[in-house]
Amino acid sequence: MEGIYFDNNATTRVDPAVVEAMLPYFTEQFGNPSSMHSFGNKVGLAIKKARMQVQELLGAEHDSEIIFTSCGTESDSTALISALKAQPERKEIITTTVEHPAILTLCSWLEKDGYKVHLLKVDSKGRLDLDEYKKLLTDQVAVVSVMWANNETGTFFPVVEMAEMAHAAGAMFHTDAVQAVGKVPLNLKDTKIDMLSVSGHKLHAPKGIGVLYLKRGTRFRPLLRGGHQERGRRAGTENTTSIVGLGKAAEMALEAMHHENTEVARLRDKLEAAILAKVPRSFVTGNPENRLPNTSNIAFEFIEGEAILLLLNKFGIAASSGSACTSGSLEPSHVMRAMGIPYTAAHGTVRFSLSRYSTEAEVDRVIAVVPEIIAQLRKLSPYWEGDGPKEEPEKAFAPTYA
Amino acid sequence: MWDYSDKVKEHFFEPRNAGVLEGANGVGDVGSISCGDALRLMLKVEPETDIILDAHFQTFGCGSAIASSSALTEMIKGKTLDEALKVSNQDIADYLDGLPPEKMHCSVMGREALQAAVANYRGEVWSDDHEEGALVCKCFAIDAVLIEDTIRANNLSSVQDVTNYTKAGGGCSSCHEGIEEILVKVMTERGENFKPGTPAKEEAAPAGMTNLQRIRKIEAVLESVRPQLKRDGGDIELVDVDGKTIYVNMTGACSGCQMEALTLQGIQQKLMEDLKEFIKIVPTKAGALSRASCHP
Repeated sequence: MEGIYFDNNATTRVDPAVVEAMLPYFTEQFGNPSSMHSFGNKVGLAIKKARMQVQELLGAEHDSEIIFTSCGTESDSTALISALKAQPERKEIITTTVEHPAILTLCSWLEKDGYKVHLLKVDSKGRLDLDEYKKLLTDQVAVVSVMWANNETGTFFPVVEMAEMAHAAGAMFHTDAVQAVGKVPLNLKDTKIDMLSVSGHKLHAPKGIGVLYLKRGTRFRPLLRGGHQERGRRAGTENTTSIVGLGKAAEMALEAMHHENTEVARLRDKLEAAILAKVPRSFVTGNPENRLPNTSNIAFEFIEGEAILLLLNKFGIAASSGSACTSGSLEPSHVMRAMGIPYTAAHGTVRFSLSRYSTEAEVDRVIAVVPEIIAQLRKLSPYWEGDGPKEEPEKAFAPTYA
Repeated sequence: MWDYSDKVKEHFFEPRNAGVLEGANGVGDVGSISCGDALRLMLKVEPETDIILDAHFQTFGCGSAIASSSALTEMIKGKTLDEALKVSNQDIADYLDGLPPEKMHCSVMGREALQAAVANYRGEVWSDDHEEGALVCKCFAIDAVLIEDTIRANNLSSVQDVTNYTKAGGGCSSCHEGIEEILVKVMTERGENFKPGTPAKEEAAPAGMTNLQRIRKIEAVLESVRPQLKRDGGDIELVDVDGKTIYVNMTGACSGCQMEALTLQGIQQKLMEDLKEFIKIVPTKAGALSRASCHP
């Protein structure tokens, strides 16, 4: 049976047309783009084309603002460390409690070196308080890093406005946009965003390729130093095949942008509405009015997410969860905790993330399967009795917590 | 995806003894809210014999928590309470053909629910003495609380100490940064500075050897490899021993041989195995090992 893949915020399938574009660069076009001879030159031209394709998707003013990296995490680290190195007199960073670990883990590591990290809180719908942000924007802040869209809930942050505010305070602005690029139209040349991270495998390009957008004029200190590749801003021989693949994927994402924001959003809405209608004690997390078109994060109360995923997997359905147990950590998703979702619901969150390959039939199949699975697990739950939760569930079952 | 055994999957997909047990006379509720696992164990005990006639469970938790609960009920049915209390968390894990290290706490939870249910039946109050911290060493499933307590109780000051006392850090070594952070914290509390590279506590004479015994042992190892070297027209001699560094001279055909570094690595390995400690072997004539590092 062909599986149903609703985990596109984790990674996406490489589009066959992308694979086709890449193949020659594994075989006859093997040259090093830095070489003088024609073996290298043709590859150099292919990279130039890819750079322009990415430039167009991002709406960047210059193609030289595109720096190819190995992944979104590398782009994030490069951006933040560069901002700190370039402005040694500024010792503070502003970010949010719901960032990806690529930012949060880096920031807590930087804290050990004496930098001060401010974490902006979110409300129950995952929204930031811009007044709190404004108060923190002092002349001590080197860089602000706020994700464009949250990977778990899809909730958007007002990054364009926040970048304006950062600039007014003389701070640099970076956004981790790995979930947004390819799903929402971007026009970076009209914004004050200095740096932006892209990850290829989130938009049907292969894993192991990323981009750091660096606005012309932004002071920059490279992380990887060595050769002159990427104008000396990211040393190391180019991952030519993947760069070509990302270029093609960027072109295709731009073509599919309308479909993504109409058809994919319609399928997502249908899936979500049907599940909420059929499953009692379930609710959407994040801000459904302002989020990615492909993402739906649903909390199923009184059961645990990993168990849901294992049963979904038995039906060939792939999704992901904010439960502690799926990550190997002992805490449920920091995003759910930041929004104040209680433990009994936070552990039972499931993220469905669609793509332009998702079909109506797949959505119908998931709608048919999910309510059964939830009912089956609730039968095992000490908080549940018959068709609903026990009266005052938190009191009916109050275990000794170890 | 976790690497669950077939037995775990079987007990998850078709749990035994799930649901409320009517007429239960011993109930234990335990769990870990942050981890998202909680379990109610219900027992029906025959008062005259103390035999567990039936056992059911309800679990809020992941796949291995449900499987551990199911396994536990199967294991204790028909046992007397005292027999049942002998079931350890390792027994539960073994019954399931093993659990991933990050999931061992699920079996611990089963064991605790059993203690709590028995205490409830006997009219006692069960209190939990087990505190669980963030998992630091994933190879041996050692958490931060255990590491911190062990450092404190034994006055430890190096990562090697922690590995010797708790096994944490003895596998892939990726958690050494985390262990160092705990060391820094605890050592600062007792007014010391953590110094990386501080030798482990019981370093001086491993396995209780005197210096003379140790050198004799080294000679014996070199003696054992000598015939091989001689066959290729070379030889090795011990020059000096300085703590963990053993200086040797490669002579004859071995000196400058392309295989010299490889040969030395083999001898170093054998020395470590026989001495049961980490040592470094260094050739006194121009850096054979550094040549090796240029051509890995």
